[in-house]
Amino acid sequence: MSQSAPIIPGPDPADLIACPRCDALYRVSEPARGERAVCARCHTVLIAPRRGAGLQLIAVALTVVILVISATIFPFLTIRVGNAWHSSSILGAALSFHGGPFVFLALAVAALIVFVPVLRALLMLYVLIPLVWDRPPATGARRAFRLSEDLRPWSMAEVFAIGCAVALVKVADLADVDFGPAFWMFAVLVVLVVAQDTFMCRYSVWKSLER
Amino acid sequence: MEITGTVTTARAAGLIACRRCTTVWPAGTATCGRCGHAIASRDQLSLQKVWAWWIVGVVCYVPANVLPMLQTRTLGMVENNTIIGGAAQLADHGNWGVAIVILVASVMIPIGKFAVIAALAISVRHGSGMSQLRRQHLFELVEYIGRWSMIDVFVVALLSSLVQLGALAAVAPGPASLYFAMSVVFTMLSAQSFDSRMIWDPDTIVSRADRLRRLPGQPG
Ligand SMILES: [Zn+2]
Ligand SMILES: [Zn+2]
Repeated sequence: MSQSAPIIPGPDPADLIACPRCDALYRVSEPARGERAVCARCHTVLIAPRRGAGLQLIAVALTVVILVISATIFPFLTIRVGNAWHSSSILGAALSFHGGPFVFLALAVAALIVFVPVLRALLMLYVLIPLVWDRPPATGARRAFRLSEDLRPWSMAEVFAIGCAVALVKVADLADVDFGPAFWMFAVLVVLVVAQDTFMCRYSVWKSLER
Repeated sequence: MEITGTVTTARAAGLIACRRCTTVWPAGTATCGRCGHAIASRDQLSLQKVWAWWIVGVVCYVPANVLPMLQTRTLGMVENNTIIGGAAQLADHGNWGVAIVILVASVMIPIGKFAVIAALAISVRHGSGMSQLRRQHLFELVEYIGRWSMIDVFVVALLSSLVQLGALAAVAPGPASLYFAMSVVFTMLSAQSFDSRMIWDPDTIVSRADRLRRLPGQPG
């Protein structure tokens, strides 16, 4: 279901919104829950409120924090060839870059696959918890949400998960691979991170932060 | 699907839109009152930033392909593999599927991204035979795919930390991994700098055409 209506601008810009991708101007008519307002010319989704989305997002963010922290502690993958074996953790993967300029790469990889996803989840909790329980927004909530949005492209847990699959195929000829509990935690995490971004209606969050 | 005739833009209405939270503000506003994002009707420096990041991205992509990505030691033998060399070796061993995935992810997609970003930036100035909607979709595709190129760097990281079996087999990252990661990041920044609203602005192209038409005759 989609609805959209081009408008002629009135004197008050307060009830107007513009498509962030193509600048088309619309008078806000909030769609019913479960429906979406879509830009008429570039098809960008402008508003997509969902019932209970706030609570779902909080649950997802909490799970992300718990999963990432435990996935970095528990063993991730182990390989065996005869008597020789070696295991690696997720942070171990990032820290395999060492020496000279590789240090920056190690920090960047650790940030992309662990710190940024956790930070985004924490920011979402900070922003959403007061909103869902009808409290006034937390101090600096707008800034927190803005940071979370800025970090979105740099949260790469799901990319790392596909990287695991490719690496495993490469190793499979060479050795036997054991999957540690952290591997399965990470697999669940990826699904949740993707869900986090599809559930969220940014328009609704910004609007609630305005109060 | 083109219904541009009936759409008013914030710019045409004398308003400035916030690209972060979709609110609109009177002309002259510099910061969005709702989310605090810096706003401008159009980012005048957008194309310059796009090209600057694009050039560093392309420059980093060259050593990423020439230098070794992975160093493998097996039983005293040391082998340095470039991205393409590694894929060729996999294909040799019959792993055609993985070889194709690697070639697509680390060769075709990066080159495709460079080409699309350049084409979009040029089209904003010089017009394009492609519809605006098609170009918008291409831009969204590049924005979406950008992060996935990091896969290669993650694979190198995983292999290097996992395959540490002493004298039997050990894998270490090569210098290309660093350049490859930088190339991916710079290309992402280049795409992020692109203000997609320019695709939909008719006037940048029209003014250019006007200027070209006026060139042979008298100055207008
Ligand atoms: Zn639009
Ligand atoms: Zn804003």
